[in-house]
Amino acid sequence: MLTNISTVLRACAQRNGAAAVVSARNYADFTSQATFEIKKSDVFKLDEAPATEVVMTRDEGLQYYRTMQTMRRMELKADQLYKQKIIRGFCHLYDGQEACAVGIEASIKPTDHLITAYRAHGYTLTRGGTVKEIMAELTGRRGGIAKGKGGSMHMYCKNFYGGNGIVGAQVPLGAGVALACKYKGSDELCVCLYGDGAANQGQIFETYNMAALWKLPVIFICENNRYGMGTSVERAAASTDYFKRGEFIPGLRVDGMDILCVREATRFAAEHCRSGKGPILMELQTYRYHGHSMSDPGVSYRTREEIQEVRSKSDPISLLKDRLLSNNMASVEELKEIDVDVRKEIEDAAQFATTDPEPPLEELCNHIFSNNPPVEVRGTNPWAKLKSKDYILD
Amino acid sequence: MATSLKCLLRSGKEAAAAPAVGDANRDLAAIQVTVRDALNQALDEELERDERVFLLGEEVAQYDGAYKMGFTGIAVGAAMAGLRPICEFMTFNFSMQAIDQVINSAAKTYYMSAGQQPVPIVFRGPNGASAGVAAQHSQCFAAWYAHCPGLKVVSPWNAEDARGLLKTAIRDDNPVVFLENELMYGVPFEMSEESLSKDFTIPIGKAKIERQGAHITLVSHSRMVGHCLDAAAVLAKEGIDCEVINLRTIRPLDVECIEGSVMKTNHLVTVEGGWPQFGVGAEICARVMEGSAFNYLDAPVTRVTGVDIPMPYAKILEDNSVPQIKDIIFSVKKTLGV
Repeated sequence: MLTNISTVLRACAQRNGAAAVVSARNYADFTSQATFEIKKSDVFKLDEAPATEVVMTRDEGLQYYRTMQTMRRMELKADQLYKQKIIRGFCHLYDGQEACAVGIEASIKPTDHLITAYRAHGYTLTRGGTVKEIMAELTGRRGGIAKGKGGSMHMYCKNFYGGNGIVGAQVPLGAGVALACKYKGSDELCVCLYGDGAANQGQIFETYNMAALWKLPVIFICENNRYGMGTSVERAAASTDYFKRGEFIPGLRVDGMDILCVREATRFAAEHCRSGKGPILMELQTYRYHGHSMSDPGVSYRTREEIQEVRSKSDPISLLKDRLLSNNMASVEELKEIDVDVRKEIEDAAQFATTDPEPPLEELCNHIFSNNPPVEVRGTNPWAKLKSKDYILD
Repeated sequence: MATSLKCLLRSGKEAAAAPAVGDANRDLAAIQVTVRDALNQALDEELERDERVFLLGEEVAQYDGAYKMGFTGIAVGAAMAGLRPICEFMTFNFSMQAIDQVINSAAKTYYMSAGQQPVPIVFRGPNGASAGVAAQHSQCFAAWYAHCPGLKVVSPWNAEDARGLLKTAIRDDNPVVFLENELMYGVPFEMSEESLSKDFTIPIGKAKIERQGAHITLVSHSRMVGHCLDAAAVLAKEGIDCEVINLRTIRPLDVECIEGSVMKTNHLVTVEGGWPQFGVGAEICARVMEGSAFNYLDAPVTRVTGVDIPMPYAKILEDNSVPQIKDIIFSVKKTLGV
């Protein structure tokens, strides 16, 4: 790959007669791994804290970069398609928060479980969905990850339980998944996410109680992006120390814009759960560039200056990029090539998502019940007698 | 520690000394079993049959507590992750707090996920009027839950119903709302040997004709089935022959059974404990009108229902808030024009 870059770039240099000569870089030129000093996480009812000196390899760095960039571009493309009215209804975008999803996934296993609320496209990707099937779900096509029947807030894949539309409802569900893990005697855990808006909900406190009582292997994660819809945390919560709200559950407050912080904290939390200590709570301090959803411009309750400041100083992708470049772990060209690759993937996915046909009408009445003989379904009028298809053991 | 959690969640209710069930002396062709015992025995057997089945709720084993929305969500999550929970509500009135989890997390998920995520869960508990528990603890939720696609809703009447339907509900891969009745728990019924066997199941979606008749059809569910049979006994003495249908399942409704009966008797009375508006009887009326039985009706369908008020406390008021046998008798005669 590097030889190709160098050939291309040399060719460019010759064409442009550019003064800046780009020379070929060999594999051996890059640092294979580096140690990074990261921000210390605040702890609550914990004697130890996640490590502040962490190692990242070049391969890891490139993979994180690629995934975060894919996530970013995918969300921006969704924005575009929404404005073209090709995506309808709800669309809650994740750009700005990439370090959370990618950092968490870096420290859990595919056999672990994860559930989140409606800002879920990023997690659908990290948990195994493809950009193609995510976008086709947003556009409501048959190639969508839920065959077009779920939409933005209802995407599922193995060990990923969505995508949940009712604020806070996913938290008890997540503890239930963790209960199943413990019940089965596996070392699996469940990562259970919610936002600063949901954090004041009663059912979350009910869940904290039962999770602690039964020592369930659940990592509660509050993605605090400072705003619950249009309400800032200061206006919403009597206590904005979300990592302490579990009271009897130990907590961590983590810089959610730094993927290495998120990764390290998740590693720490996962170990806590797997060693049978019960639940733990992580607050990830993060930020969303978009408004709450595509119906919210996002600038009536916060200033453009604030958004711009976060973008310029704390963007998770930029932070990672700087780290990779300044530690000689990758080259500008290499990262640009990843960008080009990602752009193409997104374009192809968008192309698919806009051309794939909608689900056939026969799909209307399917998937009401699992493992059930065909069900008669009443249509819009008494003569419209519809029927679900026969599904045997799906 | 996993084992003790499992034990905690799988300790069935202490089945009260069940007379002769499972013993050698099962020579008696019929045995008297209360609804409560029938339920407990079914639970114990299903817990034993499948390791993934467990109990969670407000009144389970050693567990007291009322964290309704939380534990319902936990139960649904466990079902999503492959277990088969039985989620108990102390009464279905409390399920109103947890109803979001029942509808939005349980009922709709298989559809929203286009078949990727089944939710094999049973929600059970006493439903409807009890005795002296007043307005907040006496509502019938049959219509509320039966309104929603993605749920199955069953309402057993006697011990055989309770046993067979609970087993089916637990073995079903979908969310089932299992509406019991507090006043029926202590009532004993004869149970045949067949109905006491470990794999005795009653299909969901099939009603049972408890009493054959020629003049008029009475359709009911839960406790009111008993009232209908009592009314039928009285009416028989006056030469009125009632066919009594025990719905057993509210959703899906066994319309075929109802229609078949109406085509025979030409008269229909629905009897339920719940409120009249938008209720089970209302749905039956609509379905009969839309189907083949309409032309066989010699009179409009009559609905006998609970009074359209919050349930009062004083005994005389409470007694007059739900259908009594005399109300059924009166309605039958009115429908027949006698």
